[in-house]
Amino acid sequence: MTTTTRSVPRRRLVDRLPVLKQLHQSVGIQRGMLVTGLVLTGIFIVSAFLAPLIAPYGFSQIRDESGTFGTQQPPSAQHILGTTVSGFDVFSRVVWGAQTALGVVVIAVALSIVAGVLLGLVSGYFGGWLDRVLVVVCDAVYAFPSLLLAIVMSIVISGGQSSLWGGIFAAAISITVVFIPQYFRVIRAETVRIKAEAFVESARVIGASNGRIMFRHVLRNATRTLPLIFTLNASEAILTLAGLGFLGFGIEPTAAAEWGFDLNRAIADVSSGIWWTAVPPGIAIVLTVLGVTLVGESLNDLSDPRLRGRRAVAADAGAVAETSVVPGGSIDPGTIDGTDGRA
Amino acid sequence: MLVRFLLIFPTIFILVTLVFLLMRTTGDPITAALGGRLTADQLAERVAAAGYDRPLFVQYLEYLGQIFTGNFGTTLSDNRPVLEVLVVYGAATVELAFYALIVAFIVGIPLGMIAAYFRDKAPDAVLRILAILFYATPVFFAGLLLKLVFAVTLKWLPVSGRASTSTELQFALLDGRSGIYLVDAIRSGDAEVIGDVLSHAVLPGLALGLLTAGVFLRLVRANMIGTLGTDYVDAARSRGVSEFRLVRTHAYRPALIPIITVIGLQVAMLLGGAVLTETTFEWKGLGFQLSEYLQARDFVAVQGIVVLLAVIVAVTNFIVDIVAALIDPRVRY
Amino acid sequence: MTDVLTISDLDVSFSTDAGAVKAVDGVTLRVGEREVLAIVGESGSGKTVTAKTILGLLPDTATSSGAVVLRSKDGASDNDVISVSGPTLRRLRGSDVSMVFQEPSTALNPVFTVGWQIAEGLRAHDAKLGRKAARAKAIDILRRVGIPEPESRVDYYPHQFSGGQKQRVVIAMALVLDPGLIVADEPTTALDVTVQAEILDLLRRCRDEFGASIVLITHNMGVVADLADRVAVMYQGELVEEADVQTLFSAPTADYTKRLLAAVPRIGQKIEVAERRAPVAVDAAPIVAARDLRIQYPGRFGRPGFVAVDGVDLTIGAGEVVGLVGESGSGKTTIGRAIAGLTPVTGGSLSVLGVEMRGVRERTFGPIRKDIGFVFQDPASSFNPLLTIAEAVSEPLAVHRPDLDERAARTRVDELLEAVQLPRSYGDRFPHELSGGQRQRASLARALALEPKLLVADEPTSALDVSVQARVLKLFAELQAEFGFAALFISHDLAVVDILSDRIAVLYRGRLVEEGSGEEVLGAPTEDYTRRLLASLPVPDPVAQRERREELARIVAAERA
Repeated sequence: MTTTTRSVPRRRLVDRLPVLKQLHQSVGIQRGMLVTGLVLTGIFIVSAFLAPLIAPYGFSQIRDESGTFGTQQPPSAQHILGTTVSGFDVFSRVVWGAQTALGVVVIAVALSIVAGVLLGLVSGYFGGWLDRVLVVVCDAVYAFPSLLLAIVMSIVISGGQSSLWGGIFAAAISITVVFIPQYFRVIRAETVRIKAEAFVESARVIGASNGRIMFRHVLRNATRTLPLIFTLNASEAILTLAGLGFLGFGIEPTAAAEWGFDLNRAIADVSSGIWWTAVPPGIAIVLTVLGVTLVGESLNDLSDPRLRGRRAVAADAGAVAETSVVPGGSIDPGTIDGTDGRA
Repeated sequence: MLVRFLLIFPTIFILVTLVFLLMRTTGDPITAALGGRLTADQLAERVAAAGYDRPLFVQYLEYLGQIFTGNFGTTLSDNRPVLEVLVVYGAATVELAFYALIVAFIVGIPLGMIAAYFRDKAPDAVLRILAILFYATPVFFAGLLLKLVFAVTLKWLPVSGRASTSTELQFALLDGRSGIYLVDAIRSGDAEVIGDVLSHAVLPGLALGLLTAGVFLRLVRANMIGTLGTDYVDAARSRGVSEFRLVRTHAYRPALIPIITVIGLQVAMLLGGAVLTETTFEWKGLGFQLSEYLQARDFVAVQGIVVLLAVIVAVTNFIVDIVAALIDPRVRY
Repeated sequence: MTDVLTISDLDVSFSTDAGAVKAVDGVTLRVGEREVLAIVGESGSGKTVTAKTILGLLPDTATSSGAVVLRSKDGASDNDVISVSGPTLRRLRGSDVSMVFQEPSTALNPVFTVGWQIAEGLRAHDAKLGRKAARAKAIDILRRVGIPEPESRVDYYPHQFSGGQKQRVVIAMALVLDPGLIVADEPTTALDVTVQAEILDLLRRCRDEFGASIVLITHNMGVVADLADRVAVMYQGELVEEADVQTLFSAPTADYTKRLLAAVPRIGQKIEVAERRAPVAVDAAPIVAARDLRIQYPGRFGRPGFVAVDGVDLTIGAGEVVGLVGESGSGKTTIGRAIAGLTPVTGGSLSVLGVEMRGVRERTFGPIRKDIGFVFQDPASSFNPLLTIAEAVSEPLAVHRPDLDERAARTRVDELLEAVQLPRSYGDRFPHELSGGQRQRASLARALALEPKLLVADEPTSALDVSVQARVLKLFAELQAEFGFAALFISHDLAVVDILSDRIAVLYRGRLVEEGSGEEVLGAPTEDYTRRLLASLPVPDPVAQRERREELARIVAAERA
């Protein structure tokens, strides 16, 4: 993902890498939000990869050498967050759950980006009846409750229940179908906007082919906002996965750990005052979504100069220079003509 | 307006077709529901009796025809007309959505305006984090937490359900009941019944409402920051209009148009959230019923409910677009 | 002293991504009673920032120091805008000082009626004022700024007014509390030239009838000559010269002022270029020939759309520069786009380089495209932000000359950049690293890459500062002389068109109203519209402008009669 243009060599590396660049230019509250988001997201990704090392037990383990764990045990030295109604270790399942969530998010977002971007680009660029049909279809799907659509899809794909990778793919594809219209809408709108820009018309006047215009001029400019939608959709993917699991359309508890499913099994516990089976997976969802959303929102703010916070300056600070009206880079005035000033 | 109205039909048509085809790729509903419990012969007999052995296209046309005449089929698990299920449980869902919207409007819109006004200052940061937290908390987890604190631990409010058993009994005797408990309670005129109904509504309403409030807050904030930066706000400022008034009228009214349009799209999210909220609180509405039918693998019922929800969404979006157009003088005149 | 406004030693700095930037540096100014002070400068000069400071409208990212003292109209109070409290500042805005904005369509809130917006300002200053009284005042002020039927128009929404009327409403809002000072920030820049003349008259009445002083922010020397009593010239945040209007135009002292005045295009000031090839006689096969050309945009849902061009006859001979001039909505840009194959022709005939454009297919027109260059109006969007200048300039080569390898193409790009007087190294830069004028020159390089027979330039200089415009126009003339291409030069500015063109065509509402050489069309116009257009164009000379203003008044009176 790249939010920056290919830059002149004199800019430092930190200013060119996405995320790092934004981190560098952020100040105050915005920096705080971005850092918090990055830390939370980092914890999520690390737990996903290192689950086998972090989790004391397996996700479907109900006994060790000293016997069964027992069901609904309160937190103790052995089980720091207690055990569930089925006798699983709560903490271990929370950690393993990160792996499932990350797998689903990555697959779902990757699939929907490819499909949504291609459809949006072609539809927006060529217009015509294909465009109209796709817009009506995508609007219809977009307006439909995404959770219900995901349910229908997961029935179709797996009949509801399945193994680890089967389940992850089923969930991911269900979520993909929900997201394609979103990417489609964004990319199509961008394509339609960029199509009217002078540089695209200029390519048309030159006689460049449609393929050349679409991929050389439109695509790369239209996808500049993708990292942003990516983060926002990743959080929605996690929530949809949890919702599916909560309704019993997730992954079998013996195949993988899934936060939503564990919460479903905790409904009855809550009514009898058992908090440790519900709160940990819930908190895990909240912190993960919070982290990813904070990163997305901060990137959004930082990418828009109007929303970007700035450090305060003193009235007599700063040099008066022609560069003040040229955003994004300094030019050396005077070498060519001294009065060229308008950006 | 007319064109916008006519656009409802392709939307519904597409969703009906999509749901029908998707549900049928898994096979016929009878095999799905009863497969394994009957012998192959018995199953084939039941399938043929219901007409599920005919070509898919014929079944599809028949299904379209039935929907057109208001026939959504009969559920397999409890043998009730889907339409009846929709009418009986729909009222509960509408009631829940109503409570949630009230919470969302009361919490989300003023807080969004405050956040926009204090943009990039401490109150804004707090409110934005709050909005993201509302959004990041799955509605069922919020529900479970609320239950744990206010119902189980503090015992201030009931744990689940729409009303206590005595109220339910009283409603059962009521003539011409609406199914919307608040309306029925007010008609019964019994303060205790009204209190009972409202106390049951607080936690589900809050759980679903706060989720929606988070979305509204972000929406209002973003749109108001957009309008606060316009020339006409500066122009009003240059006439000596107070900052409060700039936010309250000059920035708010123009921002309202995109806000209303997006709120229309939130209806879908609200319904999705209602399914989860109802399951959490055993609120016997469409969502609760949907997840029951899903467990029973009764796909005729599932299909019927999903199609009805699609119709609701399409019609709501149409109404919202009309309202947005009515507010915008550029469209009106 | 009876100065309405005294600015002393004003500094304003902004916090930007590139660090602190100083926008205004030690400016000291005063405005007397019933005086129009014009602050002139190009972009980045700090003139708009100065104007906003007077009303305390700077954004949070700005920090200012110095003093901006406003005196109320009755002389009862003095307030320093920079140091007063919020409530006091609010009281001053509207009653002591008010503002007229550049873009009337964005300065009015689209969802409230204009009467409501005027009344709101009144009631912000007088909470006891009744609804009826406020409405009566709104109607009265609308009538005084020349809105017809103000009793009904007071309930109109902004979009129901034309651009010029909207600006009248904005001025009415500025006048309604009878302030001693009006700050007008480029009040006519967004308007057509004939409307500009009306608004300038109205601003003059603000001073004469309402007794207001005016701070006029503008980049247009013609507007200055028309309206100002005194002129302050700003350059890069500093005040470089201050003088009364006669002195400034007749005897400017600062180098910058002299350069600025020299750069202003004037009618009859042809750029002389040595060795220009004479245009080929018109009876030879023309490059472009339009016969009864009609272009209609498609309407929604089968309804007939807007007719942008209606029965235009126009020819461009080889090597001939034709200037197409008209106001917004005249169809001038549409004709340019149709010639380049960007907008379909719906009626009549348009032949470009021998190809009939009506119903043309890309397969037929594609090969012809190498002979057509196009320069777009907006330098900000005419380059793909992700490609270097060299990549963009070499695109025509990549499309039409696949035989050229990368090295050969780059050599050609370097030649082209040199031809438009940009250093070769600029080829490796990205568009955002170039200024607007530099980008327009690179745009010319791209258009000329294949040495086309025809160049269409759609308002290529209207987004540029006047001094930059002068350079680009001169370059255009030199390149045309060197390469000998035919050109269609589209502009709203008669003077700019006159500088370059062999022939001028005047468009009005999709129809060609007058055509001929510069001397014919501008020296002795035969059509009323051309005459009015010409008289509306303010000239950068206060004495000549006064005559022209009277001429315009005569024309308008004659038209009304």
